[in-house]
Amino acid sequence: MATLSDLSLKDRLWYHRYRFRRVEPLPWQPPGPTLSRARVAAVTTAGIHLPDDPAFEKVKGGDFSYRMISRETPLPSLVCTHPSGAWDRSGVEADRNLALPLDRLRSLAEVGEIGEVAPRHASFQGSITAPLRLVRQTGPEVARAMADDGVNVVVLTPV
Amino acid sequence: MGLIAGALEEMGIRTICLSTFEPIMTQVRPPRWLGLPYPLGFPLGRPHEPELQTRILRRAFRLLEEPGPGPLHQEYDPEREE
Repeated sequence: MATLSDLSLKDRLWYHRYRFRRVEPLPWQPPGPTLSRARVAAVTTAGIHLPDDPAFEKVKGGDFSYRMISRETPLPSLVCTHPSGAWDRSGVEADRNLALPLDRLRSLAEVGEIGEVAPRHASFQGSITAPLRLVRQTGPEVARAMADDGVNVVVLTPV
Repeated sequence: MGLIAGALEEMGIRTICLSTFEPIMTQVRPPRWLGLPYPLGFPLGRPHEPELQTRILRRAFRLLEEPGPGPLHQEYDPEREE
């Protein structure tokens, strides 16, 4: 597990000064359909996307936009434009499954451990220090899209 | 990521967060999260190790069996899951 000492001085200072926002009260969905019948999606903050999509931008407060990624997308085609240097992207660049484990989910669906891989997955860039538009706009947009797709479970991979 | 997890749960979708960085998780407090002993940027362990990545996902899915309420935090122990 990484610790604060793994961060640069600049990122440590940011961590100590930043007021993190939480969802209060904490929402909690009780156990639903068994995993073998569940439709599963992945959401990452690694800032990966299709090469023809707009890149994530280094803007004040953080880029609150998102990119949708279909389940048919060949993972090696995805590019990473996350602007933060706080994390080591060599793993994700070598194997996109570290951020968006679609190949693993496909294998689990083939053997019946999960019901189905969802048709769409989502990528944000993380490092959003002014999250108001994420909370009011883009987070709920992605949640609605996944609900429309009949998604039961989402695996989230922050980097 | 906690805010995105909250939006999904409010829409009726269960979420599990795979995290390698406890300091942020304790601040943002997602509903369910699995702590992983890997560096920042490696939430599924190591590249090109499908068996390890699958073990991590299977372990994460076990969090869905807990009745709640959250927040729920468990740790992935590689030696126990081998």
